[in-house]
Amino acid sequence: MLEPINISLESLNLGTLAPMVIAIIGALSILLTDLFNKDKHKSLYVILVALFLIFDLFTLLAYHGDERGVFDLMLLDGIAILSQCIIICGSLLFIFLGLSKLRFQDFRYAEYFALYLFAVAGFQFMVSSDSLILIFVGLETASLALYTMIAMHNKMVSIEAAIKYFTMGALAAAFFVFGSMIFYGITGSLELAQIAQVLTQEGFLSHENYANYILVLVGFVFMFAAIGFKLSLFPYHVWVPDVYQGSTSAMAGFLSVVPKMAGFVVALRFFEIFVQANDPIIQTMLYVTVVLTITIPNLIALQQKDIKRMLAYSSISNAGMAMAAIAIGTQQATTALFLYWILFTITNFGAFGMLWLNRGKEFEDYSSPYAFKKFSGLAKISPFTASILAMFLFALTGLPPFALFWGKMYLVASAVNAGHIALAIIIVINSAIAAYYYLRPVSYMFLRDPEEGTKAKFMQNASLPMKSLVGFAVFLLLISILLIDPLLNIISFYVSNSGY
Amino acid sequence: MENILSMLIFFPAAAATVGFLIDKDSMRQYGVVVTVVEFVLSLLLWYYFDTNVAGMQFVQSMPLISEYGINYLVGVDGVSLFLIIMITFMTMIALIGLTEKKDVKNLIITMLYLEMTMVGVFVSLDVILFYIFWELTLIPMFYIIGFWGAEKRFYAAIKFFLYTFTGSLVMLVGMLYFGYVYHETTGIWSFSLFDWNSVILPFDVQLWLFIAFFFGFAVKVPMFPFHTWLPLAHGQAPTIGSIILAAVLLKMETYGFIRFSLPLFPDASVYFVGFMATLGLIAIIYMAMLAYAQEDMKQMIAYSSISHMGVITLGVFALNVEGISGAVYLMIGHGIVSGALFMSVGVLYDRRKTKMIKEFGGLAHNMPMFAFVYAVVLFASVGLPLTIGFIGEFLSLLGFFKYSPFLTFLASLTIVLSVIYMLSMYKRTFFGKLVKQENKDMKDIFGRELFALGSLVVLIIALGIYPKVILDPLNTTVTHLTKVMEIKAVNEDTKEKLRAVNSIGEVK
Repeated sequence: MLEPINISLESLNLGTLAPMVIAIIGALSILLTDLFNKDKHKSLYVILVALFLIFDLFTLLAYHGDERGVFDLMLLDGIAILSQCIIICGSLLFIFLGLSKLRFQDFRYAEYFALYLFAVAGFQFMVSSDSLILIFVGLETASLALYTMIAMHNKMVSIEAAIKYFTMGALAAAFFVFGSMIFYGITGSLELAQIAQVLTQEGFLSHENYANYILVLVGFVFMFAAIGFKLSLFPYHVWVPDVYQGSTSAMAGFLSVVPKMAGFVVALRFFEIFVQANDPIIQTMLYVTVVLTITIPNLIALQQKDIKRMLAYSSISNAGMAMAAIAIGTQQATTALFLYWILFTITNFGAFGMLWLNRGKEFEDYSSPYAFKKFSGLAKISPFTASILAMFLFALTGLPPFALFWGKMYLVASAVNAGHIALAIIIVINSAIAAYYYLRPVSYMFLRDPEEGTKAKFMQNASLPMKSLVGFAVFLLLISILLIDPLLNIISFYVSNSGY
Repeated sequence: MENILSMLIFFPAAAATVGFLIDKDSMRQYGVVVTVVEFVLSLLLWYYFDTNVAGMQFVQSMPLISEYGINYLVGVDGVSLFLIIMITFMTMIALIGLTEKKDVKNLIITMLYLEMTMVGVFVSLDVILFYIFWELTLIPMFYIIGFWGAEKRFYAAIKFFLYTFTGSLVMLVGMLYFGYVYHETTGIWSFSLFDWNSVILPFDVQLWLFIAFFFGFAVKVPMFPFHTWLPLAHGQAPTIGSIILAAVLLKMETYGFIRFSLPLFPDASVYFVGFMATLGLIAIIYMAMLAYAQEDMKQMIAYSSISHMGVITLGVFALNVEGISGAVYLMIGHGIVSGALFMSVGVLYDRRKTKMIKEFGGLAHNMPMFAFVYAVVLFASVGLPLTIGFIGEFLSLLGFFKYSPFLTFLASLTIVLSVIYMLSMYKRTFFGKLVKQENKDMKDIFGRELFALGSLVVLIIALGIYPKVILDPLNTTVTHLTKVMEIKAVNEDTKEKLRAVNSIGEVK
């Protein structure tokens, strides 16, 4: 007869679960609202989502207590709190893009908004755990929600995108499980902290334990591929442009920012073990991947004729830059990662938001509303719209003093300070390459006259709340120089709290 | 008067922002008023400037990112003071002489933003702040070349942007590395030039940092072999764009050498004198030859600009008071002269819609006033005594004579060569018979063209006859600079060389 196990409720520390639970309750309540009321306007759901996200954020910030909870599955340390804040704030920004003027298929389903909250909850689980199982569950919850949301746009191109994303994602999930299995086999644990401990104690990363070294490498490669898919690292990035093209700009912007934040935290927790161990093979692998992820998509982006696809490639390259911070592995680099991603969130929100505002309905399936040509002469038709879009593109280029410059500068500084001068040079040279393709839409907008004969319409999709939100992003962009100091203080507080 | 520098920087920007509200037809007047006020402000700065102080004046400081040691830190000394006055003056003259008809409102707003960034570059004493303004000049210039330019303007604008952007990014890495070295030696983060001046770097670090800064500056000067963007940009840019590009933007980088490279890396500067002099000489001789071969008048002046920038480079790397003062004086002089030259080409282009030299001929008959003005400007450009061009070139070459008489001899070919291409261009344009009917119909300059060009001519002659107003305060600052270099040098060798080149005595 087994002894009954006694566990007190307090030792579970359920408070760590509270933020995610609120998101899930929000999702369920949206489903229930839809069950009893047919055909409610999307604004109701948008505001409900926003409300629950704010509630979520406040619960998270109000949390005080032990960082471990629920049988040590949950780990609410500094970077978990920080990244959850970024995830929630990013989601909060992007959900307001649902308040568009035109009616689109996806926003007519209440399920879209429920899935949105489920996805956010999934990401929150992903970042606040160091158990590979919970990370996997969070990842899958979020990913399945995303696949469905993309397909909900109800065009062939969106369904194609969703299926591509799904197949790739399924493969990545399989890799993740396989990698976890190997690590469990070697170390007997699924918790990253314990895996790290066993790896170092038994010397699995040194020459003494050569037999297991190969196994560790195989496990690492599988995990690396899985995380690489989520972060769109080279060569696992091929799905990105098609998926972005198939989804609405609102969704594509969300995809480029929020899931990657979660991915970065997992990558940070996982790669940390190996970066600290200074293993030459793994170091080289990381370094080469980072360099290629920054460079290759940049070169492909030079050939694009469509702003959205161009932004897709640019966001791959930007993910590569943030990944460089993880490869560097110092505390300043980790701070740089978060700073970079916060500023990237603002900038990319602005860029995709501007595209979304200019979305029309006169486009057929598989044709793009955002070709460069459409934007030619925009500065003459609507100087304000053109200036704002140009400002976001300049910010992505990394021109001072717009937001992303500071992220890039801090990242390059952390590379320089850690002695990675070559990496710093590669990053800045890529900024210069990127400048070319960011300048192309700008030159279409400002330097050319409007296309003869075409009556391009702009700002068709703009509604006042969306415009004011993009205006808010412009404001943040312009005063970003004043934001860096407080942001750095907050970030370094949380990062040093969790010891990265 | 403590805030005068911030006013100088942000007044044009504020005016430009408000300027969006002004009606299209009244915009030119607004632009002129704003730039005149800005010019008066810069004169006030001169009035309150204490010429006996060698260090920075009107210093203002405010922390921006204290975690990482980045401050809003501005100040002027004798070197930057006159460059700032030159900027505000040239912007004013360029706007007064503006004849562009297309979208004048956007052009003037862009010009005012550009003025902010240009002034910002010359007063920033925090390196990151300097970098911000430095990069920000790209956006308005990109727009001016790309929108108001000639046929190949897209290509020219993008080439201009990419070349200069790439160079400055390498410089940024250098700046960040310096910040790191500073942190390693002192334990605090700072990007203030005052702090940076107080650390002494080992020779190899100096060498690498000098190279990093060199990339940023050399692309913009532009030095051979990074010069290919400039003739293209000039050829395609509208008149006002060329004036600003030649008068101000090219001066930013030689200023950068004086402000950053010399005092921060004295040993590396001495080490690289030969290299820089070679680049300068190539610029002087090769570009002068290219200038002679040009059919397009504007391209010719563009190449002659590069050629004169070579003399400035030589002057800076003479590393003595004469050379550096002469280089700064030549920077001011060349700013005024090349501005006037481009404006004159603009006058011709407005009337004939062409810049090809062969299209003209005999213009002196029906445009006597213009021919006279052009002649004075041209003489200043070739460095005739009693014009502003002579003083700068003479002092720069005199300074470099101490380093190497032979190289100076080669460099003085600049005067001969520029006489050849300038005079032959002048002959083909103004002398001979007036054959073509289109040329016969051309009217002489009048009104605001005359005023703009006339005031430049007055200045060219006045400063050519009495350069002391500028040279005196300049010498105080530059003497201080050379002393700082000597004190900061780590190698005994360098100190000796510096002492050797500095033994002529001051120029009175």
